[in-house]
Amino acid sequence: MEYKQTRMGYVHGLLELARSIPELVVLDADVAKATKTAEFEAVYPERFFNCGVQEQNMLSVAAGLALEGFLPFASTFGVFATCRAGDQMRNSVAYPKLNVKIGATHCGISTGGDGASHQSIEDIAIARSFPNMTVLVPGDYEEAKQCTIAAAKFKGPVYLRFGRDAYPVVEELHGKFEIGKAKFLKGGNELTIITTGIMACEGLIAAETLAKEGCDARVIHMPTVKPIDRQAIVSAACETRRIITVEEHSIIGGLGEAVAGVTAEVCPCYVLRVGVKDVFGESGESNELLNKYGLRAANIVNAARQLLRMSI
Amino acid sequence: MTKELDLSALKAKSRKIRKEIVSMVYHANSGHLGGSLGATDIVVALYYHIMNHDADNPQWAQRDRFILSKGHCTPVIYAVLADCSYFPTEDLKTFRRPGSHLQGHPFQPKTPGIEASTGTLGLGISTGVGMALAAKVRKENHYYYILCGDGEIQEGQVWEAAMFANKYKLDNVIAFVDRNYLQTDGNSEVVMPLNPLKPKWESFGWHVLEIDGNDFTQVISAVEEAKKMKGKPSMIIARTVKGKGVSFMENEASWHGTPPKKEEYERAIKELNDGV
Repeated sequence: MEYKQTRMGYVHGLLELARSIPELVVLDADVAKATKTAEFEAVYPERFFNCGVQEQNMLSVAAGLALEGFLPFASTFGVFATCRAGDQMRNSVAYPKLNVKIGATHCGISTGGDGASHQSIEDIAIARSFPNMTVLVPGDYEEAKQCTIAAAKFKGPVYLRFGRDAYPVVEELHGKFEIGKAKFLKGGNELTIITTGIMACEGLIAAETLAKEGCDARVIHMPTVKPIDRQAIVSAACETRRIITVEEHSIIGGLGEAVAGVTAEVCPCYVLRVGVKDVFGESGESNELLNKYGLRAANIVNAARQLLRMSI
Repeated sequence: MTKELDLSALKAKSRKIRKEIVSMVYHANSGHLGGSLGATDIVVALYYHIMNHDADNPQWAQRDRFILSKGHCTPVIYAVLADCSYFPTEDLKTFRRPGSHLQGHPFQPKTPGIEASTGTLGLGISTGVGMALAAKVRKENHYYYILCGDGEIQEGQVWEAAMFANKYKLDNVIAFVDRNYLQTDGNSEVVMPLNPLKPKWESFGWHVLEIDGNDFTQVISAVEEAKKMKGKPSMIIARTVKGKGVSFMENEASWHGTPPKKEEYERAIKELNDGV
Protein backbone atom coordinates (compact mmCIF):
# COMPACT_ATOMS: atom_id res chain seq x y z
CA MET A 1 0.00 0.00 0.00
CA GLU A 2 1.28 3.45 -0.91
CA TYR A 3 1.35 6.15 1.78
CA LYS A 4 1.30 9.91 1.14
CA GLN A 5 0.65 13.04 3.18
CA THR A 6 -2.59 14.95 2.69
CA ARG A 7 -0.72 18.20 3.44
CA MET A 8 1.40 17.48 0.36
CA GLY A 9 -1.81 17.21 -1.63
CA TYR A 10 -2.66 20.70 -0.36
CA VAL A 11 0.58 22.32 -1.50
CA HIS A 12 0.66 20.44 -4.79
CA GLY A 13 -2.88 21.66 -5.42
CA LEU A 14 -1.76 25.22 -4.65
CA LEU A 15 1.20 24.98 -7.03
CA GLU A 16 -1.06 23.73 -9.79
CA LEU A 17 -3.61 26.51 -9.17
CA ALA A 18 -1.02 29.29 -8.97
CA ARG A 19 -0.14 28.84 -12.63
CA SER A 20 -3.63 29.81 -13.80
CA ILE A 21 -4.85 32.05 -10.93
CA PRO A 22 -2.56 35.10 -10.53
CA GLU A 23 -4.63 36.37 -7.57
CA LEU A 24 -3.81 33.28 -5.52
CA VAL A 25 -1.53 34.05 -2.57
CA VAL A 26 -0.47 31.90 0.37
CA LEU A 27 -0.06 32.95 3.99
CA ASP A 28 1.49 30.99 6.79
CA ALA A 29 2.11 31.52 10.49
CA ASP A 30 5.65 30.28 11.01
CA VAL A 31 4.84 26.65 10.28
CA ALA A 32 5.53 26.73 6.54
CA LYS A 33 7.88 23.77 6.70
CA ALA A 34 5.23 21.77 8.52
CA THR A 35 2.20 22.82 6.47
CA LYS A 36 4.46 22.36 3.39
CA THR A 37 3.65 25.84 2.07
CA ALA A 38 7.44 26.42 2.11
CA GLU A 39 7.36 24.52 -1.18
CA PHE A 40 5.00 27.15 -2.55
CA GLU A 41 7.24 29.92 -1.23
CA ALA A 42 10.23 28.37 -3.03
CA VAL A 43 8.44 28.71 -6.37
CA TYR A 44 6.42 31.90 -5.75
CA PRO A 45 8.26 33.96 -3.12
CA GLU A 46 6.44 37.16 -4.10
CA ARG A 47 3.08 35.46 -3.55
CA PHE A 48 3.88 34.08 -0.13
CA PHE A 49 3.51 36.02 3.15
CA ASN A 50 4.83 34.63 6.38
CA CYS A 51 2.88 36.24 9.22
CA GLY A 52 5.06 34.84 11.96
CA VAL A 53 3.37 33.33 14.99
CA GLN A 54 0.22 35.40 14.46
CA GLU A 55 -2.69 33.20 13.55
CA GLN A 56 -5.25 35.83 14.52
CA ASN A 57 -3.65 38.58 12.49
CA MET A 58 -3.12 36.16 9.61
CA LEU A 59 -6.83 35.41 9.21
CA SER A 60 -7.81 39.09 9.35
CA VAL A 61 -5.00 39.98 6.93
CA ALA A 62 -6.35 37.25 4.64
CA ALA A 63 -9.75 38.93 4.88
CA GLY A 64 -8.14 42.24 3.86
CA LEU A 65 -6.43 40.62 0.89
CA ALA A 66 -9.73 39.03 -0.17
CA LEU A 67 -11.50 42.39 0.10
CA GLU A 68 -8.97 43.75 -2.39
CA GLY A 69 -9.55 40.90 -4.83
CA PHE A 70 -6.83 38.41 -3.93
CA LEU A 71 -7.47 34.71 -3.31
CA PRO A 72 -5.67 33.99 -0.04
CA PHE A 73 -4.97 30.52 1.34
CA ALA A 74 -4.09 30.97 5.02
CA SER A 75 -2.23 28.01 6.41
CA THR A 76 -1.52 26.83 9.93
CA PHE A 77 -2.29 23.90 12.22
CA GLY A 78 -5.97 23.14 12.69
CA VAL A 79 -5.94 23.74 16.42
CA PHE A 80 -4.55 27.26 15.93
CA ALA A 81 -6.81 28.14 13.00
CA THR A 82 -10.00 27.26 14.84
CA CYS A 83 -9.26 27.73 18.55
CA ARG A 84 -6.63 30.49 18.65
CA ALA A 85 -8.10 32.39 15.70
CA GLY A 86 -11.74 31.36 16.07
CA ASP A 87 -12.96 34.96 16.40
CA GLN A 88 -11.10 36.02 13.26
CA MET A 89 -12.43 33.01 11.36
CA ARG A 90 -15.93 33.91 12.46
CA ASN A 91 -16.01 37.70 12.26
CA SER A 92 -13.34 38.57 9.68
CA VAL A 93 -13.97 35.68 7.29
CA ALA A 94 -17.26 33.81 7.71
CA TYR A 95 -19.61 36.66 8.64
CA PRO A 96 -18.79 38.86 5.60
CA LYS A 97 -18.52 35.65 3.52
CA LEU A 98 -15.11 36.57 2.14
CA ASN A 99 -13.24 34.46 -0.37
CA VAL A 100 -10.67 33.21 2.12
CA LYS A 101 -9.49 29.60 2.24
CA ILE A 102 -8.09 28.23 5.47
CA GLY A 103 -5.67 25.35 4.94
CA ALA A 104 -5.42 23.57 8.28
CA THR A 105 -2.87 20.81 8.69
CA HIS A 106 -1.94 18.53 11.60
CA CYS A 107 -5.61 17.83 12.26
CA GLY A 108 -6.95 14.90 14.16
CA ILE A 109 -5.13 12.83 16.73
CA SER A 110 -2.49 11.39 14.39
CA THR A 111 -0.06 14.26 14.96
CA GLY A 112 2.40 12.11 16.83
CA GLY A 113 4.45 13.28 19.77
CA ASP A 114 3.17 16.82 20.23
CA GLY A 115 0.31 15.72 22.42
CA ALA A 116 -3.16 17.03 23.18
CA SER A 117 -2.35 20.76 22.91
CA HIS A 118 -1.64 20.28 19.20
CA GLN A 119 -4.24 17.65 18.37
CA SER A 120 -7.15 19.26 16.63
CA ILE A 121 -10.19 17.18 17.46
CA GLU A 122 -12.78 19.98 17.71
CA ASP A 123 -12.00 21.90 14.53
CA ILE A 124 -14.74 20.40 12.35
CA ALA A 125 -17.28 21.24 15.05
CA ILE A 126 -16.07 24.82 15.32
CA ALA A 127 -15.74 25.47 11.59
CA ARG A 128 -19.09 23.95 10.65
CA SER A 129 -20.92 25.91 13.32
CA PHE A 130 -20.13 29.20 11.53
CA PRO A 131 -22.70 30.26 8.93
CA ASN A 132 -21.28 30.61 5.38
CA MET A 133 -18.41 28.21 6.11
CA THR A 134 -17.77 25.21 3.87
CA VAL A 135 -15.83 22.36 5.49
CA LEU A 136 -13.76 19.92 3.43
CA VAL A 137 -12.05 16.88 4.95
CA PRO A 138 -10.19 14.86 2.32
CA GLY A 139 -9.30 11.20 2.77
CA ASP A 140 -5.96 10.93 1.05
CA TYR A 141 -3.29 12.82 -0.88
CA GLU A 142 -5.15 12.83 -4.17
CA GLU A 143 -8.43 13.90 -2.61
CA ALA A 144 -6.61 16.63 -0.68
CA LYS A 145 -5.43 17.99 -4.00
CA GLN A 146 -8.97 17.73 -5.41
CA CYS A 147 -10.37 19.62 -2.41
CA THR A 148 -7.77 22.38 -2.70
CA ILE A 149 -8.55 22.89 -6.38
CA ALA A 150 -12.32 22.81 -5.77
CA ALA A 151 -11.98 25.31 -2.91
CA ALA A 152 -10.13 27.77 -5.14
CA LYS A 153 -12.88 27.59 -7.73
CA PHE A 154 -15.64 28.01 -5.13
CA LYS A 155 -16.45 31.58 -4.08
CA GLY A 156 -16.66 31.91 -0.32
CA PRO A 157 -14.92 30.83 2.87
CA VAL A 158 -13.66 27.24 3.01
CA TYR A 159 -12.03 25.34 5.85
CA LEU A 160 -9.75 22.61 4.49
CA ARG A 161 -8.66 19.91 6.91
CA PHE A 162 -5.46 17.98 6.39
CA GLY A 163 -3.37 15.67 8.54
CA ARG A 164 0.32 15.40 9.35
CA ASP A 165 1.29 11.82 8.66
CA ALA A 166 1.47 9.79 5.49
CA TYR A 167 -1.81 7.95 5.06
CA PRO A 168 -2.80 5.17 2.66
CA VAL A 169 -3.64 6.20 -0.88
CA VAL A 170 -7.17 4.93 -1.48
CA GLU A 171 -7.97 4.34 -5.15
CA GLU A 172 -11.71 4.29 -4.43
CA LEU A 173 -11.57 8.00 -3.48
CA HIS A 174 -10.21 9.19 -6.78
CA GLY A 175 -13.45 9.67 -8.66
CA LYS A 176 -14.95 13.05 -9.46
CA PHE A 177 -14.93 15.47 -6.53
CA GLU A 178 -17.72 17.94 -6.06
CA ILE A 179 -18.26 20.11 -2.98
CA GLY A 180 -21.31 18.85 -1.10
CA LYS A 181 -21.37 15.42 -2.74
CA ALA A 182 -20.59 12.13 -1.02
CA LYS A 183 -18.56 9.44 -2.73
CA PHE A 184 -20.05 5.94 -2.82
CA LEU A 185 -17.21 3.52 -2.15
CA LYS A 186 -19.12 0.25 -1.75
CA GLY A 187 -22.72 -0.85 -2.13
CA GLY A 188 -24.57 -2.71 0.62
CA ASN A 189 -27.94 -2.81 2.34
CA GLU A 190 -27.55 -4.01 5.92
CA LEU A 191 -25.81 -0.99 7.36
CA THR A 192 -23.93 2.08 6.16
CA ILE A 193 -20.50 3.19 7.22
CA ILE A 194 -20.08 6.93 6.60
CA THR A 195 -16.51 8.17 6.80
CA THR A 196 -14.72 11.45 6.49
CA GLY A 197 -11.02 12.25 6.21
CA ILE A 198 -8.46 9.50 6.57
CA MET A 199 -11.06 7.17 8.08
CA ALA A 200 -12.21 6.23 4.56
CA CYS A 201 -9.51 3.57 4.45
CA GLU A 202 -10.55 2.11 7.82
CA GLY A 203 -14.18 2.09 6.67
CA LEU A 204 -13.34 0.02 3.61
CA ILE A 205 -11.26 -2.44 5.63
CA ALA A 206 -14.11 -2.78 8.13
CA ALA A 207 -16.58 -3.47 5.32
CA GLU A 208 -14.34 -6.29 4.05
CA THR A 209 -14.24 -7.89 7.50
CA LEU A 210 -18.00 -7.53 7.85
CA ALA A 211 -18.51 -9.12 4.45
CA LYS A 212 -16.66 -12.20 5.68
CA GLU A 213 -19.10 -12.30 8.61
CA GLY A 214 -21.97 -12.18 6.15
CA CYS A 215 -22.87 -8.51 6.63
CA ASP A 216 -23.23 -6.47 3.47
CA ALA A 217 -22.17 -2.95 4.48
CA ARG A 218 -22.47 0.16 2.35
CA VAL A 219 -19.54 2.58 2.55
CA ILE A 220 -20.00 6.26 1.85
CA HIS A 221 -17.21 8.79 2.13
CA MET A 222 -17.96 12.44 2.87
CA PRO A 223 -15.07 14.74 2.04
CA THR A 224 -17.54 17.62 2.48
CA VAL A 225 -18.85 17.79 6.02
CA LYS A 226 -20.62 21.08 5.30
CA PRO A 227 -22.79 21.41 3.33
CA ILE A 228 -23.54 17.77 4.13
CA ASP A 229 -24.91 15.52 1.38
CA ARG A 230 -28.39 15.07 2.83
CA GLN A 231 -29.60 12.87 0.00
CA ALA A 232 -26.84 10.32 0.54
CA ILE A 233 -27.67 10.19 4.26
CA VAL A 234 -31.41 9.91 3.74
CA SER A 235 -30.97 7.06 1.23
CA ALA A 236 -28.62 5.26 3.60
CA ALA A 237 -30.99 5.75 6.53
CA CYS A 238 -34.07 4.60 4.64
CA GLU A 239 -32.43 1.69 2.85
CA THR A 240 -30.05 0.27 5.46
CA ARG A 241 -31.63 1.52 8.71
CA ARG A 242 -28.28 1.47 10.50
CA ILE A 243 -25.46 4.00 10.23
CA ILE A 244 -21.97 4.16 11.67
CA THR A 245 -20.09 7.43 11.30
CA VAL A 246 -16.30 7.43 11.47
CA GLU A 247 -14.11 10.49 11.95
CA GLU A 248 -10.71 11.36 13.34
CA HIS A 249 -12.37 14.02 15.48
CA SER A 250 -14.41 14.31 18.64
CA ILE A 251 -17.77 12.59 18.46
CA ILE A 252 -19.16 15.98 19.52
CA GLY A 253 -20.03 18.37 16.72
CA GLY A 254 -18.38 16.61 13.81
CA LEU A 255 -19.52 14.26 11.04
CA GLY A 256 -21.47 12.02 13.42
CA GLU A 257 -23.69 14.78 14.70
CA ALA A 258 -24.07 16.25 11.21
CA VAL A 259 -25.35 12.87 9.97
CA ALA A 260 -27.52 12.27 13.03
CA GLY A 261 -29.01 15.73 12.58
CA VAL A 262 -30.26 14.74 9.15
CA THR A 263 -31.54 11.28 10.06
CA ALA A 264 -33.31 12.55 13.18
CA GLU A 265 -35.31 14.98 11.10
CA VAL A 266 -36.00 12.90 8.01
CA CYS A 267 -35.62 9.18 8.61
CA PRO A 268 -34.84 8.30 12.22
CA CYS A 269 -32.48 5.36 12.62
CA TYR A 270 -29.61 4.27 14.82
CA VAL A 271 -26.43 6.27 14.27
CA LEU A 272 -23.35 5.05 16.15
CA ARG A 273 -20.44 7.47 16.21
CA VAL A 274 -16.88 6.19 15.99
CA GLY A 275 -14.51 9.00 16.92
CA VAL A 276 -12.62 10.47 19.85
CA LYS A 277 -14.94 10.04 22.80
CA ASP A 278 -14.94 13.51 24.34
CA VAL A 279 -11.46 13.20 25.78
CA PHE A 280 -8.18 14.97 25.07
CA GLY A 281 -5.42 12.99 23.40
CA GLU A 282 -1.80 12.55 24.44
CA SER A 283 1.68 12.09 23.02
CA GLY A 284 2.53 8.95 21.11
CA GLU A 285 3.13 7.47 17.70
CA SER A 286 0.19 8.15 15.43
CA ASN A 287 -0.49 4.46 14.94
CA GLU A 288 -0.50 3.90 18.68
CA LEU A 289 -2.90 6.79 19.15
CA LEU A 290 -5.29 5.69 16.41
CA ASN A 291 -5.40 2.29 18.13
CA LYS A 292 -5.75 3.65 21.65
CA TYR A 293 -8.49 6.17 20.81
CA GLY A 294 -10.55 3.65 18.88
CA LEU A 295 -10.15 4.92 15.33
CA ARG A 296 -9.51 1.65 13.55
CA ALA A 297 -11.41 -0.75 11.30
CA ALA A 298 -11.74 -3.08 14.32
CA ASN A 299 -13.63 -0.37 16.18
CA ILE A 300 -15.99 0.06 13.25
CA VAL A 301 -16.54 -3.69 13.08
CA ASN A 302 -17.36 -3.74 16.81
CA ALA A 303 -19.80 -0.89 16.35
CA ALA A 304 -21.38 -2.81 13.44
CA ARG A 305 -21.78 -5.96 15.53
CA GLN A 306 -23.41 -3.91 18.29
CA LEU A 307 -25.69 -2.25 15.76
CA LEU A 308 -26.71 -5.56 14.20
CA ARG A 309 -27.84 -6.78 17.62
CA MET A 310 -30.11 -3.79 18.10
CA SER A 311 -33.66 -4.29 16.87
CA ILE A 312 -34.85 -1.91 14.17
CA MET B 1 -4.59 67.05 -4.65
CA THR B 2 -4.67 69.92 -2.16
CA LYS B 3 -8.03 71.22 -1.13
CA GLU B 4 -8.43 74.66 0.33
CA LEU B 5 -8.99 74.38 4.04
CA ASP B 6 -12.36 75.76 5.09
CA LEU B 7 -12.34 75.44 8.86
CA SER B 8 -15.77 76.94 9.44
CA ALA B 9 -17.30 74.49 6.94
CA LEU B 10 -15.63 71.55 8.72
CA LYS B 11 -16.85 72.81 12.09
CA ALA B 12 -20.38 73.13 10.77
CA LYS B 13 -20.14 69.63 9.34
CA SER B 14 -19.00 68.19 12.67
CA ARG B 15 -21.93 69.87 14.41
CA LYS B 16 -24.34 68.36 11.89
CA ILE B 17 -22.78 64.91 12.20
CA ARG B 18 -22.89 65.08 16.00
CA LYS B 19 -26.61 65.86 15.88
CA GLU B 20 -27.18 62.86 13.63
CA ILE B 21 -25.18 60.67 16.04
CA VAL B 22 -27.22 61.72 19.06
CA SER B 23 -30.42 61.34 17.10
CA MET B 24 -29.54 57.87 15.78
CA VAL B 25 -28.64 56.51 19.18
CA TYR B 26 -31.69 58.11 20.78
CA HIS B 27 -34.11 56.71 18.18
CA ALA B 28 -32.47 53.27 18.19
CA ASN B 29 -32.39 53.46 22.00
CA SER B 30 -29.06 51.71 21.63
CA GLY B 31 -25.54 52.49 20.41
CA HIS B 32 -22.27 54.12 21.36
CA LEU B 33 -22.40 57.89 21.79
CA GLY B 34 -19.25 58.91 23.63
CA GLY B 35 -16.66 57.45 21.29
CA SER B 36 -18.63 58.51 18.21
CA LEU B 37 -18.85 62.14 19.35
CA GLY B 38 -15.18 62.21 20.32
CA ALA B 39 -13.99 60.81 16.98
CA THR B 40 -16.27 63.00 14.86
CA ASP B 41 -13.65 65.65 14.03
CA ILE B 42 -11.16 63.02 12.82
CA VAL B 43 -13.75 61.31 10.61
CA VAL B 44 -15.04 64.65 9.29
CA ALA B 45 -11.50 65.83 8.48
CA LEU B 46 -10.89 62.57 6.60
CA TYR B 47 -14.10 62.46 4.55
CA TYR B 48 -14.51 66.19 3.84
CA HIS B 49 -10.92 67.26 3.41
CA ILE B 50 -8.28 64.53 3.32
CA MET B 51 -9.57 61.45 1.51
CA ASN B 52 -10.14 60.89 -2.18
CA HIS B 53 -13.46 59.11 -2.43
CA ASP B 54 -16.57 59.12 -4.56
CA ALA B 55 -19.99 58.17 -3.24
CA ASP B 56 -21.22 57.67 -6.80
CA ASN B 57 -18.54 55.06 -7.31
CA PRO B 58 -17.89 53.38 -3.95
CA GLN B 59 -15.75 50.68 -5.60
CA TRP B 60 -13.47 53.17 -7.38
CA ALA B 61 -10.11 51.35 -7.28
CA GLN B 62 -8.00 54.42 -6.49
CA ARG B 63 -10.13 55.64 -3.59
CA ASP B 64 -8.63 56.05 -0.15
CA ARG B 65 -10.09 53.55 2.30
CA PHE B 66 -11.31 54.22 5.84
CA ILE B 67 -11.60 51.34 8.29
CA LEU B 68 -13.42 51.82 11.56
CA SER B 69 -11.50 49.40 13.75
CA LYS B 70 -13.32 50.67 16.85
CA GLY B 71 -16.39 49.15 15.26
CA HIS B 72 -18.84 50.15 17.97
CA CYS B 73 -18.64 53.78 16.79
CA THR B 74 -20.86 53.13 13.78
CA PRO B 75 -23.02 56.21 14.46
CA VAL B 76 -20.22 58.54 13.32
CA ILE B 77 -19.36 56.65 10.14
CA TYR B 78 -23.00 56.04 9.20
CA ALA B 79 -23.84 59.72 9.69
CA VAL B 80 -20.88 60.73 7.53
CA LEU B 81 -21.57 58.18 4.79
CA ALA B 82 -25.22 59.24 4.63
CA ASP B 83 -24.22 62.90 4.49
CA CYS B 84 -21.83 62.06 1.63
CA SER B 85 -24.76 60.32 -0.17
CA TYR B 86 -23.44 56.76 0.02
CA PHE B 87 -27.02 55.88 1.04
CA PRO B 88 -30.17 57.86 1.87
CA THR B 89 -30.19 59.83 5.12
CA GLU B 90 -33.59 58.27 5.97
CA ASP B 91 -31.74 54.95 6.43
CA LEU B 92 -30.20 56.34 9.62
CA LYS B 93 -33.62 55.92 11.27
CA THR B 94 -33.24 52.16 10.80
CA PHE B 95 -29.95 51.96 12.73
CA ARG B 96 -29.80 48.75 14.80
CA ARG B 97 -33.32 47.70 13.68
CA PRO B 98 -34.12 44.30 12.13
CA GLY B 99 -33.74 44.32 8.35
CA SER B 100 -31.53 47.42 8.32
CA HIS B 101 -28.23 47.54 6.48
CA LEU B 102 -27.01 49.69 9.35
CA GLN B 103 -25.94 47.02 11.80
CA GLY B 104 -24.67 47.84 15.27
CA HIS B 105 -21.14 47.16 14.04
CA PRO B 106 -19.90 47.71 10.46
CA PHE B 107 -20.88 44.99 7.99
CA GLN B 108 -19.11 45.56 4.70
CA PRO B 109 -21.27 43.39 2.40
CA LYS B 110 -24.43 45.36 3.21
CA THR B 111 -23.47 49.01 3.67
CA PRO B 112 -22.20 51.13 0.76
CA GLY B 113 -18.99 52.88 1.77
CA ILE B 114 -18.10 50.48 4.58
CA GLU B 115 -14.77 48.94 3.63
CA ALA B 116 -14.38 46.19 6.22
CA SER B 117 -16.51 44.29 8.71
CA THR B 118 -15.27 44.97 12.22
CA GLY B 119 -16.69 44.72 15.67
CA THR B 120 -14.69 42.46 17.89
CA LEU B 121 -11.78 44.72 18.68
CA GLY B 122 -8.48 44.34 16.87
CA LEU B 123 -9.97 42.92 13.67
CA GLY B 124 -10.09 46.22 11.80
CA ILE B 125 -6.44 47.15 11.99
CA SER B 126 -5.43 43.63 10.90
CA THR B 127 -7.87 43.66 8.01
CA GLY B 128 -6.68 47.15 7.11
CA VAL B 129 -3.02 46.16 6.97
CA GLY B 130 -4.00 43.15 4.86
CA MET B 131 -5.77 45.50 2.43
CA ALA B 132 -2.78 47.82 2.46
CA LEU B 133 -0.48 44.89 1.65
CA ALA B 134 -2.66 44.16 -1.38
CA ALA B 135 -2.19 47.75 -2.58
CA LYS B 136 1.57 47.53 -2.03
CA VAL B 137 1.79 44.31 -4.03
CA ARG B 138 -0.09 46.01 -6.87
CA LYS B 139 1.95 49.22 -6.52
CA GLU B 140 -1.17 51.33 -6.00
CA ASN B 141 -0.93 54.75 -4.39
CA HIS B 142 -4.04 55.22 -2.29
CA TYR B 143 -4.06 55.30 1.52
CA TYR B 144 -5.65 53.24 4.26
CA TYR B 145 -6.94 55.28 7.20
CA ILE B 146 -7.63 53.10 10.22
CA LEU B 147 -9.29 54.37 13.38
CA CYS B 148 -8.58 52.41 16.58
CA GLY B 149 -9.92 53.04 20.03
CA ASP B 150 -7.47 53.37 22.90
CA GLY B 151 -9.21 50.61 24.82
CA GLU B 152 -9.07 48.55 21.65
CA ILE B 153 -5.29 48.54 21.49
CA GLN B 154 -5.20 46.46 24.66
CA GLU B 155 -6.01 43.58 22.30
CA GLY B 156 -2.98 41.45 21.42
CA GLN B 157 -4.07 41.24 17.79
CA VAL B 158 -3.43 44.99 17.39
CA TRP B 159 0.25 44.45 18.15
CA GLU B 160 0.38 41.52 15.76
CA ALA B 161 -0.89 43.88 13.08
CA ALA B 162 1.64 46.49 14.21
CA MET B 163 4.52 44.05 13.65
CA PHE B 164 3.09 42.97 10.32
CA ALA B 165 2.77 46.55 8.99
CA ASN B 166 6.36 47.22 9.99
CA LYS B 167 7.63 44.03 8.31
CA TYR B 168 5.97 44.89 5.00
CA LYS B 169 6.83 48.63 5.27
CA LEU B 170 3.21 49.65 4.81
CA ASP B 171 3.64 53.40 4.47
CA ASN B 172 0.20 53.51 2.88
CA VAL B 173 -1.26 52.91 6.35
CA ILE B 174 -2.13 56.02 8.36
CA ALA B 175 -3.79 54.91 11.58
CA PHE B 176 -5.23 56.81 14.51
CA VAL B 177 -5.57 55.91 18.16
CA ASP B 178 -8.60 57.75 19.45
CA ARG B 179 -6.95 58.61 22.75
CA ASN B 180 -9.80 59.62 25.03
CA TYR B 181 -8.53 57.69 28.07
CA LEU B 182 -11.93 56.14 28.65
CA GLN B 183 -13.18 52.65 27.99
CA THR B 184 -16.29 50.74 29.08
CA ASP B 185 -15.15 50.11 32.63
CA GLY B 186 -13.46 53.45 33.21
CA ASN B 187 -10.10 55.18 32.79
CA SER B 188 -7.77 53.27 30.50
CA GLU B 189 -4.82 53.83 32.80
CA VAL B 190 -6.72 52.12 35.61
CA VAL B 191 -8.40 49.35 33.61
CA MET B 192 -5.20 48.42 31.72
CA PRO B 193 -2.49 51.06 31.46
CA LEU B 194 -1.37 52.02 27.94
CA ASN B 195 1.15 54.75 28.69
CA PRO B 196 3.76 55.46 27.58
CA LEU B 197 2.00 55.00 24.26
CA LYS B 198 4.23 56.83 21.81
CA PRO B 199 7.37 54.77 22.53
CA LYS B 200 5.29 51.58 22.33
CA TRP B 201 4.34 52.27 18.73
CA GLU B 202 7.79 53.63 17.88
CA SER B 203 9.41 50.47 19.17
CA PHE B 204 7.14 48.51 16.83
CA GLY B 205 8.66 50.44 13.94
CA TRP B 206 5.90 52.97 13.38
CA HIS B 207 6.20 56.69 12.66
CA VAL B 208 4.26 58.24 15.54
CA LEU B 209 2.65 61.66 15.83
CA GLU B 210 0.78 63.11 18.80
CA ILE B 211 -1.98 65.64 18.25
CA ASP B 212 -5.23 67.07 19.53
CA GLY B 213 -7.77 64.97 17.63
CA ASN B 214 -10.52 67.55 18.04
CA ASP B 215 -8.49 70.17 16.19
CA PHE B 216 -8.94 70.01 12.42
CA THR B 217 -5.71 71.77 11.54
CA GLN B 218 -3.72 69.36 13.68
CA VAL B 219 -5.46 66.31 12.20
CA ILE B 220 -4.86 67.56 8.66
CA SER B 221 -1.25 68.54 9.13
CA ALA B 222 -0.49 65.25 10.91
CA VAL B 223 -1.84 63.32 7.92
CA GLU B 224 0.24 65.46 5.58
CA GLU B 225 3.33 64.72 7.64
CA ALA B 226 2.45 61.00 7.73
CA LYS B 227 2.24 60.93 3.94
CA LYS B 228 5.82 62.20 3.72
CA MET B 229 7.14 59.26 5.74
CA LYS B 230 8.35 56.53 3.38
CA GLY B 231 8.89 52.90 4.35
CA LYS B 232 6.99 53.07 7.65
CA PRO B 233 3.35 52.98 8.69
CA SER B 234 2.18 56.02 10.67
CA MET B 235 0.25 56.12 13.91
CA ILE B 236 -1.40 59.37 14.94
CA ILE B 237 -2.15 59.35 18.64
CA ALA B 238 -5.07 61.75 18.70
CA ARG B 239 -6.09 63.09 22.09
CA THR B 240 -9.84 63.48 22.00
CA VAL B 241 -12.63 64.24 24.41
CA LYS B 242 -15.06 61.37 24.65
CA GLY B 243 -18.58 62.76 24.27
CA LYS B 244 -17.23 65.95 22.66
CA GLY B 245 -19.81 68.63 21.91
CA VAL B 246 -22.37 67.68 24.55
CA SER B 247 -21.32 69.13 27.91
CA PHE B 248 -22.79 66.48 30.17
CA MET B 249 -21.40 63.62 28.06
CA GLU B 250 -17.84 64.92 27.84
CA ASN B 251 -15.22 62.78 29.62
CA GLU B 252 -17.89 60.54 31.13
CA ALA B 253 -17.23 56.80 30.74
CA SER B 254 -20.91 56.16 31.51
CA TRP B 255 -21.80 57.55 28.05
CA HIS B 256 -19.77 54.83 26.32
CA GLY B 257 -22.71 52.68 25.37
CA THR B 258 -25.81 54.22 26.94
CA PRO B 259 -28.58 55.84 24.90
CA PRO B 260 -29.91 59.22 26.08
CA LYS B 261 -33.33 59.63 27.67
CA LYS B 262 -35.76 62.05 26.02
CA GLU B 263 -34.78 65.12 28.05
CA GLU B 264 -31.09 64.30 27.67
CA TYR B 265 -31.56 63.95 23.93
CA GLU B 266 -33.34 67.29 23.68
CA ARG B 267 -30.72 69.02 25.79
CA ALA B 268 -27.91 67.50 23.68
CA ILE B 269 -29.50 68.64 20.43
CA LYS B 270 -30.07 72.11 21.85
CA GLU B 271 -26.42 72.39 22.92
CA LEU B 272 -25.26 71.25 19.48
CA ASN B 273 -27.61 73.71 17.79
CA ASP B 274 -26.41 76.54 19.99
CA GLY B 275 -22.80 75.48 19.48
CA VAL B 276 -22.10 75.66 23.22
